[in-house]
Amino acid sequence: MTNHWGDIANSDVVMALGGNPAENHPAAFGHITIAKERGAKLISVDPRFTRTSSKADVYAPIRSGTDVAFVGGMIKYVLDDIEANPSNYNMVYITEYTNASYLVNTGFKGPAELEGLFSGYAGGLNETDGTKRKYDKATWAYQVDDKSIPKKDKTLQDANCVFQILKRQYARYTVDKVNAICGTPRDAFLEVCKTFAASGKTGKAGVILYAMGTTQHTNGAENIRAYSILQLLLANMGVAGGGIDAMRGESNVQGSTDFGLLFDSIPGYLGMFTDADTSRQKYLDRVTPKNNDPTSANWLQNYPKYITSLLKAWYGDAATKDNDFGFHYLPKIETGKNYSWISLFEAMAAGKIKGMMAWGQNPAVGGPSSNTERQALANLDWLVASDLWMTETMEFWKRPGVNPADIKTEVFVLPARASFEKEGSVTNSSRWMQWRYKAAEGPGEAEDDLWMINKIMLRLRELYAKDGGPNAEAITKTNWNYGDPPDVHKVAKEINGYDTTTGKQIDGFANLKDDGTTACGEWVYCGSYVEPDKEPNAPVPGNRASRRDLAPDAFNTGLYPKWAWSWPVNRRIIYNRASVDLNGEPWDKEHPVIKWNPTKGETGGWDGDVVDGNYPPIAVDPVKSRYPFIMTSEGVARLFAQGMADGPMPEFYEPWECPVSNQMSSQTSNPVAKVWRPDEQGKPDKYPIVATTYRVCEHWQAGQMTRNMPWLVELMPEPFVEMSNELAAEKGIANGDKVTIESTRGKVTMVAMVTGRFKPFQMNGRRVHEVGLLWHWGYSGLSTGDSANILTPHIGDANTMIPEYKAFLVDVKKA
Amino acid sequence: MAEKAILYDASKCTACRGCQVICKQWNGNDEIIPSPSSGDRVAVKSRGTYENPPDLAPDTWIKMKFTEAESSGKMRWLFTRRSCMHCTDAGCVRACPNGTLYHNEFGTVSYNKDTCIGCGYCIPACPFDVPRLKGNRITGIAKADKCTFCTTQGLDRIVEGMEPACVKTCPPGALAYGEREAMVVLGRQRVDLLKSRGVGGANLYGENELNGLHVLYVLEDSPGAYGLPVNPRVPGATIAWKDVIQPVGWAVGGLTILGLGMNWLVARANAKKEEK
Amino acid sequence: MELSRRDFLRVSGAGIGGVLLFKAMGDGVAMATPIKRIPLTRSGQETATICPYDGSGCGFIVTARDGKVVNIEGDPEHPVNRGAGCAKGAALRQISADNPWRLNKVLYRPAGSGQFEEKTWDWAITEIADRIKKARDAGFIEKDSKGNTVNRTETIANIGGAALDNEECYLLAKFARSLGIVYLEHQARL
Repeated sequence: MTNHWGDIANSDVVMALGGNPAENHPAAFGHITIAKERGAKLISVDPRFTRTSSKADVYAPIRSGTDVAFVGGMIKYVLDDIEANPSNYNMVYITEYTNASYLVNTGFKGPAELEGLFSGYAGGLNETDGTKRKYDKATWAYQVDDKSIPKKDKTLQDANCVFQILKRQYARYTVDKVNAICGTPRDAFLEVCKTFAASGKTGKAGVILYAMGTTQHTNGAENIRAYSILQLLLANMGVAGGGIDAMRGESNVQGSTDFGLLFDSIPGYLGMFTDADTSRQKYLDRVTPKNNDPTSANWLQNYPKYITSLLKAWYGDAATKDNDFGFHYLPKIETGKNYSWISLFEAMAAGKIKGMMAWGQNPAVGGPSSNTERQALANLDWLVASDLWMTETMEFWKRPGVNPADIKTEVFVLPARASFEKEGSVTNSSRWMQWRYKAAEGPGEAEDDLWMINKIMLRLRELYAKDGGPNAEAITKTNWNYGDPPDVHKVAKEINGYDTTTGKQIDGFANLKDDGTTACGEWVYCGSYVEPDKEPNAPVPGNRASRRDLAPDAFNTGLYPKWAWSWPVNRRIIYNRASVDLNGEPWDKEHPVIKWNPTKGETGGWDGDVVDGNYPPIAVDPVKSRYPFIMTSEGVARLFAQGMADGPMPEFYEPWECPVSNQMSSQTSNPVAKVWRPDEQGKPDKYPIVATTYRVCEHWQAGQMTRNMPWLVELMPEPFVEMSNELAAEKGIANGDKVTIESTRGKVTMVAMVTGRFKPFQMNGRRVHEVGLLWHWGYSGLSTGDSANILTPHIGDANTMIPEYKAFLVDVKKA
Repeated sequence: MAEKAILYDASKCTACRGCQVICKQWNGNDEIIPSPSSGDRVAVKSRGTYENPPDLAPDTWIKMKFTEAESSGKMRWLFTRRSCMHCTDAGCVRACPNGTLYHNEFGTVSYNKDTCIGCGYCIPACPFDVPRLKGNRITGIAKADKCTFCTTQGLDRIVEGMEPACVKTCPPGALAYGEREAMVVLGRQRVDLLKSRGVGGANLYGENELNGLHVLYVLEDSPGAYGLPVNPRVPGATIAWKDVIQPVGWAVGGLTILGLGMNWLVARANAKKEEK
Repeated sequence: MELSRRDFLRVSGAGIGGVLLFKAMGDGVAMATPIKRIPLTRSGQETATICPYDGSGCGFIVTARDGKVVNIEGDPEHPVNRGAGCAKGAALRQISADNPWRLNKVLYRPAGSGQFEEKTWDWAITEIADRIKKARDAGFIEKDSKGNTVNRTETIANIGGAALDNEECYLLAKFARSLGIVYLEHQARL
């Protein structure tokens, strides 16, 4: 999240959209309660009335998969209201801190003109040829002047400026359209708009809390883009009580992402190397963003320092200028090829993958289209899986309905230690890196994953040193000296980074270099584990993640700057320079995040949170100042984002499986999402009911961490499917009945929970039913049940390839 | 010592049920985990509700109740805590023949498992239907049980100056604990705030019921909407037993007859409940 | 094990003697009976930890005696949860080594076999490393069709990480990439 959990208490409006914090982040819900005590309003937008909705001031139902239409409608409401009541909005913020004023190529055309598509699309409407499902983005570029600096119109009147393009695109997102697409009653929708738009007033703040309800769609990334546009128009980014807060579903999914366990990144969100990167320089030329605007800090121009320091951390003395710092030890992916989760399992299904290691991961329950992924596992020669519990993945060869003798996969099961049986750090949704300690012994021969990874690597180094092999040096030359058993503090110190000459820990990524004199495993974490004398009072001296000091921040805004450590550089609210006006004065005098102090130092300085880019305010020193969004190349926040695969502004498309045609345009579903299995697309004639999946407070993820615990099992003993009274009546289903739910991928049996909390969606007189399934169960462990993911499709978001778990088609019958 | 109380605020509760679990965790209820080889399972089935297990039990001292209510197109989901109310005029204490259930120095109702004889008289005596009895098939010994307000010996948080486990674990701060007088004040303030924000039906439950409960409720609607008795009373039979029959009985020594008579009353009440 | 009505009558009949006994001891229903004080049974070595479930990052205190967990409850100082714990957090103690469903041995299932066999760590590490080397070397792509150095293997996949600590994630990334693994994914994609 851009802000942090405790900061929600500073909000005036909290909107849970695509998330259900009362249920899935219950402890953090306490901060919402505090905000509500202060008079803040809570909005809950969800297909069904949830435990969060029960505490909401405003509840609006939304058909799954229609978020862009809903938020697009909110954007239109705000744009109209800006015109009618400009004094209710922060126009300085919009004009100066976003790209609203930037001029776009005159050849650009949007979906209002092109039937739902943007200019540059290779195919036609509803294109089925996969090679043509993509954009040439030439017309999406900014207009630039003779110095290659983007042109602007700060009056926001130019027909080609981003603000006007925004207005044209979202003029179509009327209340009637929202109702016809989302099924949200008009009055409920307008109440959401009115309540949330009130946060646009200078000094007020609104936050959007989201989770997988937003991301798990073929247009999940565009859903978040829509939130960004809304929050920028309301001047809610960078301020206390504002932001877009991703509520992470796992204790360290923030950290695991930071550390690059994804095919397309390496630690620190650095781009993965491709076959086009024939040298480190070629790689840097490709990935380092360029900008000629002297007022843009373009922070990522520091890419060379980060990648070189990473290579030094990984290859130590073997990374030299002569061998390009070991650049070619590391793999290069094929340009344009996708290696993400769905692709991985498709490759496995095609027999191309021979072995797999799974660490605390249970794809047989958690992956989309479980039957597809369970069958794919049988194509492996070997599977290594580490976990605390026996998982469905470990036992896939004896799952119901298969003969073990037919499955030739060798399986190695490694017993792992739990979080409090080992030492190390995790990073929460607030980006806080928190250290934890060994508090108890693990069972029997269980070991921690660090120990296992270290053992396997040490053994491989022996093997390659002895027998050699292709690119053997990549393994034998790694800088791998953590001891046996490994010392987790050595690893944490390498992550932070050190001076390769003195061996001293480095305090902050501004001190990293691109000449090989610094090593740093993850630049974003630089400053987390420094020399002991720099942080002598931490429980583990030097280790800032271990800090437990509740000292308040300068303005008592609840930042807790000395509790643990927050990336980057202990900044608690990112983009915080957008929380002040052009003179450095906080927009919100009650909850300042930072404030310019002209008497600080020789030339003035910032008080409060660690400032996001230590530059003076633009009105104080226009030459030395830089725009506040230093992580974009242009320095301002993007209402219009060229990096997206499916359009620079979010356009509504139906989910891949949808019960109705697209009411916004003739393009039915996302025009660039990769379709793996066209034959498995469910159609409404046979599968007329929208289905979605979710979690409950009492269970967690694929379930092995809760289904083996009787205290939790008795609270939620079986998987259920929630449905409306109306649907149950149509199907002759009574509450508590066993029902079957079927999609083109398979069939499951669950208990029916018939409830008034789900209502059929009335969309322009059409009625569409939706059901919701819990996905925590499988065939292993103390509590067993059918896996909802048997039903979900093997299709992902056009940008991120996150599977579309949250909207697909089924039919329901009494079992 | 001053009386203590818990204040449960239904307007803040999200029914995450941390309280339901931490109560078991702290008090060691349902400790035994069936092993993989035993083939045993947790004997609870989904009944089409979030509300599980189905009832309070000697090993389940708190159970959250979920009630869906819909009026004029507006959905509400009401959550209520079902547990011992620690009444001042406590039917269970009146009915308990041997002091196993008793008022402690904080005014709440403690329970001593060692002396419980499993007579079950406390069950029909409770206006809130809280105590539960379980027999051990092997020893034949039955024991009743219920929330002890965290005063069980060896697990006594109150004398240690700690909050009850349920209060401490509550994420949205829907449970508060302190001196009863302070909780009444806090509850009234909260009711006033809710009323000022348009919740006309807000009320404080338990201030005077049964001469004052030690678990007070801030409600947004009438107690009946949450499934709470509107005007709880100790059943007449219990009053008769405690205040009239029992003393007379001791005097005349007709214990067995009276005991069996009480059994009949209890059995009849339980049979009625089963019919429901 | 709920009592039937019949059991109930039997049991409570047996209990009458108990009533007499206690009455005879003169210990009737007491008001304001002082509570006997015995030490807390859930005390021991206290260690701060962070919850392994969702991404709130709530603090908990683990109390252990001789390495065995006797209590886990919220860390009252922690600014995210201030001592609170939801149903899962409250149940954390059932993750501990006392849970019979925890894996406590290395297991191996040979190809086509119907069951797991218990193995030692030494055996498993050696066998796993052999299989990784074999699969990696057989499928290794040093140069692609255009002659560019790519040094990757597409025959091994590595998944997982969001349940691991940062230091484990980092070493896993370093380990996988140095092997040339490109099918590197985990929960964050899901």
